[in-house]
Amino acid sequence: MSGDDGWYDESAGPLVRPYTITNGRTPTDDAQLDLSTQVMALRSELVPAGLGPEHVTVLHECLSPVSLAEIAAHMKLPLGVVRVLCGDLIEWGLVITRSPSDRPAEQPDLEILQAVLDGLINY
Amino acid sequence: MASSTTDHPEAGFVPTPVKIIIAGGFGAGKTTMVGSVSEIPPLTTEEVLTEASAGVDDLSGVERKNTTTVALDFGRIRISPRHVLYLFGTPGQTRFWFMWNDLARGAIGSIVLVDTRRLDASFAAIDFFERRAIPFVIMVNCFDNAPRYTVGEVRAALAIPDRVPVLLGDARDRDSSKLALVRLVRHAIAMLPMPA
Repeated sequence: MSGDDGWYDESAGPLVRPYTITNGRTPTDDAQLDLSTQVMALRSELVPAGLGPEHVTVLHECLSPVSLAEIAAHMKLPLGVVRVLCGDLIEWGLVITRSPSDRPAEQPDLEILQAVLDGLINY
Repeated sequence: MASSTTDHPEAGFVPTPVKIIIAGGFGAGKTTMVGSVSEIPPLTTEEVLTEASAGVDDLSGVERKNTTTVALDFGRIRISPRHVLYLFGTPGQTRFWFMWNDLARGAIGSIVLVDTRRLDASFAAIDFFERRAIPFVIMVNCFDNAPRYTVGEVRAALAIPDRVPVLLGDARDRDSSKLALVRLVRHAIAMLPMPA
């Protein structure tokens, strides 16, 4: 007999349900965080008390700008959970973000497209 | 809006993200293409769906809570200090289409990969982008053991209008994938509404 004799295995999934980390909160629409939204931690002398370990990990992940999707991939957490965590950090003023467009439904303008085209040609 | 902090003094360090969607049927080479042109090894992220968000599933009469995991592969190209491009492969299963809406919002457009042995697998993706007037190009992923067709033959078989670029390529090849990205961005520029 050992400790890992079968009541739990990988296919059963994680022991902590993903949204336990967020106290059951799911992303709200007003957050407007895209998969590609860039998140960057702001320099802060003092990490506020009451920050969960996952919040701290997100802050470490985004010391330089990084997308929501990359944070989720690195932390092996579902996107929705990372959306909630980043939403908290925005509210607390600990990160700044930049999304593809201020008007989310809109496609990039000519200036951005031209910059992407020039960049790709030289890539 | 709290998430838009572009007026912050440090905002200048944060690049503007742009997205291109790599679509196509199962096995058409989406992840291969993301991997061939990305500057980082492709990453995978997951979304856990419950019945509340899985609006396309008919769960009437189902008592059990249903959760599903949808995986998304993606890659990245740092275009410049000011712009970073993300390439997102679409989840193959059509029941996850509501996720395509998330992906497509604010995207430059899409490259629809086509396997000539399974043309019908690409119909759904083509239809999706056409209906939403999202710029897209077709890239025939020329598999070694698949029959070769001309651009004209593929265009006719898929009923693709002349204004939509169709190219032949190899998703494993960086230059070939890069060329498709360039063609898409050019096409997106051409599709911009004329200034009033």
